[in-house]
Amino acid sequence: MNPFPEQPIFPEPPELDEGLPEVVPRTARQITWTRRRKALAHFWRQYRENLLGMIGLIFLIIFVLVALFAPLIAPKSATLEVSAVKNDQPILVPPGYHCPQSFTHMVVNPQTGQPVTTEEACPTSEKQFYPLGTDNAGRSVFALLIWGSRVSLIVGITATIMTMIIGAGIGITAGYFGGKTDLVLERFTDWFLVIPWIALAIVLASVLGQSLFNIIFVIAVTSWAVTARLVRAQALTVRERPYVERARALGASNWHIISRHILPNLFPIIFANTILTVALSILSESLLSFLGLGDPLTVSWGNVLQDAQALGATTGGQWWWVLPPGLGITFVVLAFTMCGFAVEEITNPRLRRR
Amino acid sequence: MGTRKYLLRKLMQAFFTLIFVLTMNFFLFRILPSDPVQMMVRNQKLTRAEQIQQMKDLGLDKPLWEQYIQYITHPWVLGRSFQSGLPVSQVIGDRIWPTVLLVGSATILSTVFGVMIGIHSAWRRGTPFDVGSLVSTMLFYSMPQFWFGMMLLLIFAATLHWFPVGGYATEGAGYTGMQHVVDVARHLFLPMMTLAIGYLGEYSLIMRSSLIDVMHEDFVNVARAKGLRDKLVRQRHAVPNALLPIFTMIILYFGYVIGGAVGLEEVFSYPGIGQLTVRSIDQQDFPVMQGIFLLLSVAILIANLIADITYGYLDPRVREA
Repeated sequence: MNPFPEQPIFPEPPELDEGLPEVVPRTARQITWTRRRKALAHFWRQYRENLLGMIGLIFLIIFVLVALFAPLIAPKSATLEVSAVKNDQPILVPPGYHCPQSFTHMVVNPQTGQPVTTEEACPTSEKQFYPLGTDNAGRSVFALLIWGSRVSLIVGITATIMTMIIGAGIGITAGYFGGKTDLVLERFTDWFLVIPWIALAIVLASVLGQSLFNIIFVIAVTSWAVTARLVRAQALTVRERPYVERARALGASNWHIISRHILPNLFPIIFANTILTVALSILSESLLSFLGLGDPLTVSWGNVLQDAQALGATTGGQWWWVLPPGLGITFVVLAFTMCGFAVEEITNPRLRRR
Repeated sequence: MGTRKYLLRKLMQAFFTLIFVLTMNFFLFRILPSDPVQMMVRNQKLTRAEQIQQMKDLGLDKPLWEQYIQYITHPWVLGRSFQSGLPVSQVIGDRIWPTVLLVGSATILSTVFGVMIGIHSAWRRGTPFDVGSLVSTMLFYSMPQFWFGMMLLLIFAATLHWFPVGGYATEGAGYTGMQHVVDVARHLFLPMMTLAIGYLGEYSLIMRSSLIDVMHEDFVNVARAKGLRDKLVRQRHAVPNALLPIFTMIILYFGYVIGGAVGLEEVFSYPGIGQLTVRSIDQQDFPVMQGIFLLLSVAILIANLIADITYGYLDPRVREA
């Protein structure tokens, strides 16, 4: 600990191998940040070499762009709430050009009194293009697919942040303080590992009620235990390191040691775990929504699949209703998984030689 | 540390976890906003006398700490289902065998093929086969299992009509003997394949990395140095040692998968534990829910214990630690 944080400690010899414009660090903070910047640049150079990781990253960027620009890709005028759907949409039609319902139902032309011709029943000018057909309410499956990406990303990322906060919090408390605290927290973690997460998630979700936040909360509450285990093990080893002892001898508080020494050391360990947790959270969201525990008012891929299942799209052979949302989930999860594996390979030296 | 001491320590650990698990299960269902007594009184299926009997059975007329003591000492007293009026043990007992059949057959399939693929990948690392199996593993890992099931159902049952669209057996067909077995197997095939393909990748991945670890061990080098053929080195020296983690994986996964096939059982309307879980929560069937929690957590606990003990036998190094 430098008692005068803005004063130079000692001049760092400039390192020439990193190829970055070198600023000679002046203060403790600058030294830290220079080191972090270098580590990050080094990490990126390694990541760039990883083919699967790069493919995953490109997928991910595409998904984020789609989610951000959803209103431009699939205008919400083809509104997605079931209650607001105009009766005019063609119902359950495969991909292709289709007429509004009011035309296809016309049998006799009201002006001439004659039976309608094919052109009159469905005039080419009225036809609209449905790239992925429509569902039972006449909603364009393409629009559902595009808008569903938002919920997946939001739930995946927020649930992961919550999972990490709970998991890291409990893991650090158990590992750093040890003793009785550790014993109690370990049994507590055990329960969450032993109880099948899906049963607990269903109970919690049905008790809390259907909303997007509750889904996020339920996923976080049921998935932090693995992270807590990982963090605890790492905290146990870090707290025995000489520099922690040194900091304590200098009178550092627990909070200082945790925030300045333990947390930064955890980062490489939980980084890959974090990305893989996003993938798992997205899968969990889709399953919970599929079971009817999601928010029925938001469009999510799981909700779409629930509708499809409940209304017999699988047995009815309406593949255009079932296939796209599932592919959406698969590819967004795959993107996160690929990135996670790539990061794991870099941060875990044991895997690198493989 | 001797074998007996190791065994004893593991048993003690499992016992304490069990007490803790029972405690947590007990309080989980007491802190739920839906009060069991209220739900019972509102329930129309049971007569007044039955309701009182049930409250006595479950000890709901006593103070909380007495209820807790009773639950801890008699966790198997589960009462009757609010929905059907049948004993919970019977309701769950009816549902457990389809799930065990489904999960068991899928586990056997995915282990056998997963191990074979894993060995092949590890031994020929970097070949197109290895890369292909890695990529497809990631792909299947990323797929929601229930959706994969829906797609299989759509293709093979609804479009091609090769398999029935769901259920455990044909209702009211009255098949006996061999006919019944074939009927059950035909219903089982699609959900089993969905589960098996889903877990195949994980087994092959574990086998692959375990074998790669073993391949760098001294005894493998010694075997090679002795001049043994590649096939012998693999089959006699490397693979048996690399199989150890797979054993624990199988046992541990079995415990999880019993509860994990929830989405799949919904898709195939398969009358197992997963479907029962969803139903009982929909219908607020509190005794059944509690019974399922008990069953699943104890199943995983026992699976953990068996895994620990077998591992101790198979790998004596673990006992020393």
